[in-house]
Amino acid sequence: MDLIKKIPAYVERIPNGGILMTGLDWVLNNAKASSMWYMLFGLACCAIELMATGASRYDFDRLGMIFRATPRQTDLMIVAGTLTLKMAPRVKLLYEQMPDPKYVIAMGGCTMHGGPFYHDSYSVLKGVDKIIPVDIHVAGCPPRPEALMNGCIALQDLIRGEKVGRKRDRPGLRHIDPATNLPLLVRPDTGLIRPNQIIMPDQLRVLS
Amino acid sequence: MTPQEFAKHLGANYPDHQFEIDPLNENCVLIPLQLVPQCFELLRDDDATQMDYFDFSTCVDHPPDRLDLVYSMYSTVYKHRIQLKVVLDRQNPCVPTVSHLWVNANWNEREMYDLFGVFFPGHKDLRRLMMPDDWEGHPLRKDYAHPNLVVRPD
Ligand code: SF4
Repeated sequence: MDLIKKIPAYVERIPNGGILMTGLDWVLNNAKASSMWYMLFGLACCAIELMATGASRYDFDRLGMIFRATPRQTDLMIVAGTLTLKMAPRVKLLYEQMPDPKYVIAMGGCTMHGGPFYHDSYSVLKGVDKIIPVDIHVAGCPPRPEALMNGCIALQDLIRGEKVGRKRDRPGLRHIDPATNLPLLVRPDTGLIRPNQIIMPDQLRVLS
Repeated sequence: MTPQEFAKHLGANYPDHQFEIDPLNENCVLIPLQLVPQCFELLRDDDATQMDYFDFSTCVDHPPDRLDLVYSMYSTVYKHRIQLKVVLDRQNPCVPTVSHLWVNANWNEREMYDLFGVFFPGHKDLRRLMMPDDWEGHPLRKDYAHPNLVVRPD
C-alpha cells in the first residue's frame, strides 16, 4: 500500500477489489525509465569506468540498466571515450540503428569538446553533440561511476517529465536546425549528411 | 658490436660508400639511400651481425628540406642493437621497402606512409594504417594544418 501512496494514482475501492486509475504518461515514462538498456560499446579510457559501473561493486543493474550487444535492442547510448573522426561515422550509424525512443549520455570530457585532445589534435571530434543529439553530459576525465550513475538518474528524471506523443526537447543538443527544430542533419553547403560521411566540425556550423 | 664497429663492418662490405655516426645520436649510423634493401639484407644474414629482430622504423621531420628515416634492429644471437638512419628528400621522400626482410616492417612502413607521406616502392600493401582511407595530408609533418587542429596557445 505504501507504493500505491507514492504514485500519482487514484484508487477506487469497490466491494470485491479495487480499480487503479493513473496517467498514461506516468505508466509509459516509468516503464521507459526503469529499463534503460544501454549499448555495449566503449571508445577509450572512459569505457573502463563504464565497465566498473556495470560490474558488481557499483551495480548498474539496480537502475534497470543492462547492456545489450546490439543497437537494435538498446534505448541508451553511453558514448564512453574519445571519439575520433574515423570512428565518428560508425557511432552515428550505430545511433541511427537504435530504435526510438533513444537517448544519449556523453561520458567524459572527450565527448564534450575533445577533453585533453582539444588542443593540437587533428583526429579527435571536438564534441559528440556535433554528430548525435546528447541528452546528458557527464563531466570528468574519467567520471567516477557515481557521476555516471548520477547522470543516468538525471536522464531517468528527464524521461519521467516527458509527455507521451509530444516531441522531445533535447537540452544537450548543440546543433539544432532552427527552421524544423530537428537535430542538424543538413550541411550548410551540400545538403544531407550521409551515415558514412566523415564530418568535420567546421561543416557543422549551426544554421543561422 | 658498437655503432663504430657496425660502421666499419658496413664500410668493409661496401667500400664505395661512406658510413658515419650520426652527429645527432651516437648510437645511429648514417647510411646512403642507394644501399637500402641490400645493406639491411646483409645485416640480417651476415654471420657477424645476425640482426634477426626488427624493432621499428620511424621518421623524423626536419623542415624545410630534410626527412630522416630511422631503423632500429636487434640481434637475439649477439644481443646487440643498432639504429640506421637514411636521409630523404622532404619534397619527394621515397625509399625501397624492407618489408620482405622482416614482416613487421610492413605496418611500420604503412604507418610512415600514412603519417609522414614516405613512399615505399616494392611494398605489397601500401595503404593508410591509422587515418581514414580518404584522409588528405600526412599529419605528423611539422607544417601540417587541418581545420580540426586547434593550436595550443602558449
Ligand atoms: S575524458 Fe579522459 S578518461 Fe574519458 S576518454 Fe577522454 S581522456 Fe579518457
